[in-house]
Amino acid sequence: MLEIQTPEAVMFWVLAPLSVIAALGMLLVKKAVHSALLLAWVMVTLAIFYIAQDALFLGIVQIVVYTGAVMMLFLFILMLVGVDASDSLTETIAGLRPIAITAAVGFGGLFVALISRATLGREAVGLQAANADGNVQGLAQKLFSTYVWPFEVVSALLITAALGAMVLAHHQRSVARPTQRQQSIARFRSGSLAGAAGLPSPGVFARHNAVDVPALLPDGSAAPTSISATLKARGDMLESRSFELGEVDNTVTEEK
Amino acid sequence: MNPYNYLYLAALLFTIGAVGVVVRRNAIVVFMCIELMLNAANLTLVTFSRINGTLDGQVVAFFTMVVAACEVVVGLAIIVTIYRSRRSASVDDASLLKR
Repeated sequence: MLEIQTPEAVMFWVLAPLSVIAALGMLLVKKAVHSALLLAWVMVTLAIFYIAQDALFLGIVQIVVYTGAVMMLFLFILMLVGVDASDSLTETIAGLRPIAITAAVGFGGLFVALISRATLGREAVGLQAANADGNVQGLAQKLFSTYVWPFEVVSALLITAALGAMVLAHHQRSVARPTQRQQSIARFRSGSLAGAAGLPSPGVFARHNAVDVPALLPDGSAAPTSISATLKARGDMLESRSFELGEVDNTVTEEK
Repeated sequence: MNPYNYLYLAALLFTIGAVGVVVRRNAIVVFMCIELMLNAANLTLVTFSRINGTLDGQVVAFFTMVVAACEVVVGLAIIVTIYRSRRSASVDDASLLKR
């Protein structure tokens, strides 16, 4: 008979509600990054449950593989795709949400009822005997005897997945990348020769040489081409009006 | 407390993951919900391994983790490819074959 001690029960009743709340929050939060962090927390609690259930190796692997590698991959892709890309919670298919919740209540109820009514016909054993030589040693023995063929197949699967990811992520250019020579010719053949020597650098000499301040043209007005298009699109451009010739405050006396 | 409580928790987490797959529209969040379902299945395997007193369940959970890692790699590559061509990670936008 497997007797569960009080510390494990306390741990379970503290962590299980927390993991369920985190999993629910994963559905309800708007931002995908927050979902990822909540999922990482659920995975950490599951690792603790594994370790509490005498699956030491799996608990460590859970933290290393899931919260370490998989969640970092998720966050990396979120950064690549754009943090708030299609984060809307609006319903696109009418009536989907009530149907989903009803189905979930039915499904979960069925699950719970099944677990509570089903019996194994014998007592739970516990892993004391199986883990007598140590959990890692016991797993290794299984893995390299009974399960050695699946183990080999899984290695083939890993290689295939890595190759597949490389093929999928490979980006083929539809147009050849312009060479430096072609770019130079294009600059000279464009409407005006103003950009032939490259775009003007930003900043107002001797006053403000940051990249977010446009340079001044000889007539004292701001040169729009001296600012990076990204800064302009983000609205991070500083107003250069105060640096323009007509606006410069000449009343400031020189400090001794 | 008996070890069957872990099974109830796994059932709950699995159901929450299933709802997320249906309700959420962001492909990456849908994918994370699938991961949650896989993790719930793993918890069931580990719990049954303990109830039965053999390590076979833990070995199968180990294989599940490997397969899940492969699935994440390929799935995220697919999401990135779709995002590149359609500029969106929403599962509703990838409906080109419908029209």
